[in-house]
Amino acid sequence: MSAAPAIAATPVPREKGNAFPVTVVCLGILLAWYLAAIPMNWVITGPKIEAAGGGLSNILAFSWNDARPVIPAPHQIAQELWKSVFTFAPWMPKSLIYHGWITLSSTLLGFVLGSLLGVVLAIAIVHVTFLAKSLMPWIIASQTIPILAIAPMVIVVLGSIGFTGLVPKSLISMYLCFFPVTIGMVKGLTSPETTQLDLMRTYHASTSQVLWKLRFPSSVPFLFTSLKVAVAIALTGAIVGELPTGAIAGIGARLLQGSYYGQTVQIWAALFMGSFLAAALVWLVGVAERFTLKRMGVKP
Amino acid sequence: MTKSRLTDILYPAVFGIGVLILWQLIVKGFGVPAVLLPAPSDIWNKLIASLPILWVDFIQTVLRAVIPGWIIGSLSGFLAALLCDRIPFLQRGLLPLGNLVAALPIVGVAPILVMWFGFDWPSKAAMVVVMTFFPMLINAVAGLQASGHLERDLMRSYGASWWQTLVKLRLPAAMPFIFNALKINSTLAMIGAIVAEFFGTPIVGMGFRISTEVGRLGLDMVWAEIVVAAITGSAFYGLLVFLERRVTFWHPSYRR
Repeated sequence: MSAAPAIAATPVPREKGNAFPVTVVCLGILLAWYLAAIPMNWVITGPKIEAAGGGLSNILAFSWNDARPVIPAPHQIAQELWKSVFTFAPWMPKSLIYHGWITLSSTLLGFVLGSLLGVVLAIAIVHVTFLAKSLMPWIIASQTIPILAIAPMVIVVLGSIGFTGLVPKSLISMYLCFFPVTIGMVKGLTSPETTQLDLMRTYHASTSQVLWKLRFPSSVPFLFTSLKVAVAIALTGAIVGELPTGAIAGIGARLLQGSYYGQTVQIWAALFMGSFLAAALVWLVGVAERFTLKRMGVKP
Repeated sequence: MTKSRLTDILYPAVFGIGVLILWQLIVKGFGVPAVLLPAPSDIWNKLIASLPILWVDFIQTVLRAVIPGWIIGSLSGFLAALLCDRIPFLQRGLLPLGNLVAALPIVGVAPILVMWFGFDWPSKAAMVVVMTFFPMLINAVAGLQASGHLERDLMRSYGASWWQTLVKLRLPAAMPFIFNALKINSTLAMIGAIVAEFFGTPIVGMGFRISTEVGRLGLDMVWAEIVVAAITGSAFYGLLVFLERRVTFWHPSYRR
């Protein structure tokens, strides 16, 4: 099983001076978005434009400001985000902060539980040969199953025995994010070289001493790389966990309500909120990584 | 070697069968209600009894949405990577964005795509295309840079054109990365198609069946559908591993 699926396992080298190209590409995307909005919204806005007498100014005005467009213009999404983040109190169900927090809390709980499970499994797999042979193939096989498909069932089943709200969603996040951590940590815990292991042996170090003083420190870079994947995946799990149950709160619930009532702008705003959350979480793990590695004396 | 191969299969098989037996014994022994967790034997009976339905769902979800979407998404990701390779400016601008997007909850665009492409399979295929594009882009760009300077210099001293260098040196060197992306995408494609069906679908498809049967608490049917999804996903993945071994036989991880 050497060909384990390495989900973005290689850390991307940080390059300087990408700000200008990134800005240009972003502006290009925005421009393409505004242009595409005109033909895509034509189904809805076409009759209105003709009724208003046509002309370029009418085309632009109607295509980019419809209340229920096929694709909203970026500024409409920005307005909706602004409105739902800043104009409502954070505990109101109309506020995106409220929904974001619901999703975030189950993401974080699932992430912590899943990472712990992943680390424990990896330690067990590295130390017990039978587990390495019997469990590892199943762990890998478990990921070829579309796990998110089980999400609705897990939530309904747990709901029927009295678990509702936060815990079922976190369990889905946990199930999704233990895998990258296990794979990464198995790689990391086995990364010390034979000479280093031999040295520990000449010191007459016990198994737990080898684990804490050699294996664990050398696995830290692997741990953080997998944690970044895990936190992103945990957020996806929490959002999907909110979809099928008719949940009334959370980013996923906003997406579902938006699609029921045809509130396109609301869907896009929720989508952007989810994206900001994901980016922030990955960034935070990155900050923790740099801090930890610095403390451990790794040169950047 | 044959002995170690045998144990490689034997250990997980014994473990898996043990789990199944334990599952059956616990469910039957403690009388766990079928609404919570059906026994493996019940799931098997349901699976056999509803093969025609499962087959129709399989056609709708896998053959119409997953496979075309996976092919289109991976191919366009690869073409975008080639474009990035020719235009370094684009690479510096697009790649950081690609890395960002790969971390985003892309499944969230499902409701939008269902609105755009309708309830039937095109919206599911589109979802799969969106989900598989970025992993392929990132991996293929990394793969195209995987060949060493020495080898590229050699191609240059042969007077090889960009295309010749690409086909004879850089594509083969990129193959492990490309296969990695294809394998990640095989799982993502199944997830994308099934999740997109939660947002509206004609009355057929694996995601539709799962969400409606959950609503009716027909958990044995849900598990039967999951078994089909698991077998499909594993077969898809296994086929890719097999192809990878044939194509990248030179790679250190396959040398014996």
